[in-house]
Amino acid sequence: MTPGPSPAATRHERPAGRGNIRVGVVTFPGTLDDRDTQRAVRLAGLEAVPLWHRDKDLKQVDAVVLPGGFSYGDYLRAGAISRFSPVMETVVEQAKAGMPVLGICNGFQVLTETHLLPGAMLRNNHLHFICRDQRLRVENADTAWTADYAAGQEISVPLKNIDGRYVADERTLDELEAEGRVAFRYLDGNPNGSLRDIAGITNAAGNVVGLMPHPEHAVEPLIGTGRTDGLGFFTSLLKKLVKAS
Amino acid sequence: MARVVVDVMLKPEILDPQGQAVQRALPRLGFEGIAGVRQGKRFELEVEGPVDDAALARVHEMAETFLANTVIEDFTVRVETDADTVATTGTESGVRS
Repeated sequence: MTPGPSPAATRHERPAGRGNIRVGVVTFPGTLDDRDTQRAVRLAGLEAVPLWHRDKDLKQVDAVVLPGGFSYGDYLRAGAISRFSPVMETVVEQAKAGMPVLGICNGFQVLTETHLLPGAMLRNNHLHFICRDQRLRVENADTAWTADYAAGQEISVPLKNIDGRYVADERTLDELEAEGRVAFRYLDGNPNGSLRDIAGITNAAGNVVGLMPHPEHAVEPLIGTGRTDGLGFFTSLLKKLVKAS
Repeated sequence: MARVVVDVMLKPEILDPQGQAVQRALPRLGFEGIAGVRQGKRFELEVEGPVDDAALARVHEMAETFLANTVIEDFTVRVETDADTVATTGTESGVRS
């Protein structure tokens, strides 16, 4: 047994051996991909901690993933009601303090509704649900969730949604571009009318990232795309949190 | 009991493919002469007690934080009386820079 972290150390400074890093995965009513996300976290060598939407307590996690699905039935707007759940109060507070937060699909919609990320998600321009493998370019490889990729690297992960059209006003889009905050861009055709082919973005600090495609479904060679292109999201975390300690 | 109506519409610059789909269907159904369709949401709130300035301010706050996403949507608030007459007090647009 190695000695634990000194009492003075905050959890972000914890000496991070593999398995030491705790990643919370939030389950809202209507969430679909929480189990896959927990599995992806474990495959990356991290500890997955289930979090419940009604519980403000984040259980001392080092990072949080808001997984995909249809939280609260997408009533009103996707993510609009989840945003006000007790767990999100703490997530927003911690995200502002620098904790890594990843929103996938519905989780991305929740992050835009909380305004942790700018813009909003709307119905796909062709009005159809889309489900396919999607090629993406990693534009920013310096966030908490992309550090294990190279800038410009092309990956393929599943995409499955109907409300995937990213919109923001021109000024916001220009700002995102200028600051390198477009984290992922669609390749081989824009699947949903997202402005400037944006598939995912990051906040200025690089700890909060949201995207519509699903890296957690591309972590094992036997399923999904047959590739493990999505695993890097979770191993990036390891890299970032270890570096920070 | 008074009714307050909140109408939520996508901002004019935001593409509304649902409205476009409705518009495209119209000629096929024999409805000519419609140059554009935008689709929105209408919320009818049954308010307990008097609909005074304070109550309207609360509705306005509710619309701005919850019923509408002011990144992409504008909203209006108006009071509807028991009869069909409509008073247009408190009509405002939620616009955030």
